[in-house]
Amino acid sequence: MSLAYYPGCTLKTKAKNLEDPAIASMEVLGSRLEEIPRWNCCGAVYSLADDDLIHQVAPVRNLIRVKEQGKNEVVTLCSFCLNTLKRANLLMKEDAEKRGTLNSFMDEEIDYGGEVEVVHLLEVLKDQVGWEALAQKVKLPLRGLRVAPYYGCTLLRPREVAIDDVEKPTILQELLEAVGATPVDFPEFAECCGSYQIVSSPDDIPKYAWHILNSALSHGAEALVLTCPLCDYNLGQGQKELMKKHDGFDGVPLFYFTQLLALALGLGPQVCHFELNYGEPELLLREKNLLPRVEAL
Amino acid sequence: MSATISSKTLGSEFVRKVKEISGQNLHLCYQCGLCSGNCPMVSSMDLPPRQVIELARLGLEEEITSSRTVWTCASCLACTVNCPRGFDLSKVMEAIRLLTLRKNVDHLRPEDISPQERCALPQLAMVGGLRKFSG
Repeated sequence: MSLAYYPGCTLKTKAKNLEDPAIASMEVLGSRLEEIPRWNCCGAVYSLADDDLIHQVAPVRNLIRVKEQGKNEVVTLCSFCLNTLKRANLLMKEDAEKRGTLNSFMDEEIDYGGEVEVVHLLEVLKDQVGWEALAQKVKLPLRGLRVAPYYGCTLLRPREVAIDDVEKPTILQELLEAVGATPVDFPEFAECCGSYQIVSSPDDIPKYAWHILNSALSHGAEALVLTCPLCDYNLGQGQKELMKKHDGFDGVPLFYFTQLLALALGLGPQVCHFELNYGEPELLLREKNLLPRVEAL
Repeated sequence: MSATISSKTLGSEFVRKVKEISGQNLHLCYQCGLCSGNCPMVSSMDLPPRQVIELARLGLEEEITSSRTVWTCASCLACTVNCPRGFDLSKVMEAIRLLTLRKNVDHLRPEDISPQERCALPQLAMVGGLRKFSG
């Protein structure tokens, strides 16, 4: 089975450790993530202004590329891309006046009316692969690995594009269980890491990061699992400074969900690129005897 | 803080534009404060989100634009999903930011970001940040 896939900018540069294990894992699960041709940046953030249509052009063009392929679904891995594409898609589906304006503006493109469904890979794993089928493919159950699922903002908000229940999502917990890890719930699972404030107010970010990381640790987690390259950066890059500031804090590994998936499917570190992660995940995996066993596969 | 509320402020161009750009009815809000209570950035703000709505509908433009609150909002939408009145404060925050940016006054310019930061930051942070903070 071939799935239309939109990677977005960050996955091609800073987050190969999100993309590579996803592509390799889906091959093992019998699906090919096929990058859509001529994709462009989605704009990262959805425009919240009612009178701003020009910023809808970029995400809608990507959806048109999918429609041109004869596909009715596009898969994303980055939470921001999912959010921006899904909200732009909703606008094209539901607002006839704006749809008309945008279609007229892009007169070199085919008309678009929200025909494509935007989904996150987590939804594909749950609804198309299925947790039981996934569990059967696991070669290396991640037994004993206590991981806090961190959803962040854009997978769950606003309500109309959420991939799961806004107040009590379980999709990451279900993935962790399917790969044999132990999910550790904590209250800050959807609290904002500071997002793009890292660009304008970087000094505020460690405060938000500490609040999230400390809560996950105090609930018994040994690592966090996430889906967003910006969450990864904000929670990861300041950890060395946080170690100096907070006695007893030795850092905490951050994993992309695709890395834990690939690891459990037996794909190993050469696919997972743990060297790009924050918080020295390989130390934890070695301690849990999860790396040597992979290398022996 | 003291401010003068008058028919001039209440019917100001500022109020009209905030409503137009945000598409929100500012009078929906009944000031319960759940937005401030749920805001993860509130500790870095000088005006809590609830007060931004109240000042906006009173037309107290100067009080809002002299505050750093709209520039501290990360559009995380914690306020939006928790509002019992279905009011979307994230759109009001965006409208107020845009009223400044559309005067060609940038809150952040690309040259304000050091070359080291530019290399380190994920692309989506650069794109998102400059989208939100420059015209």
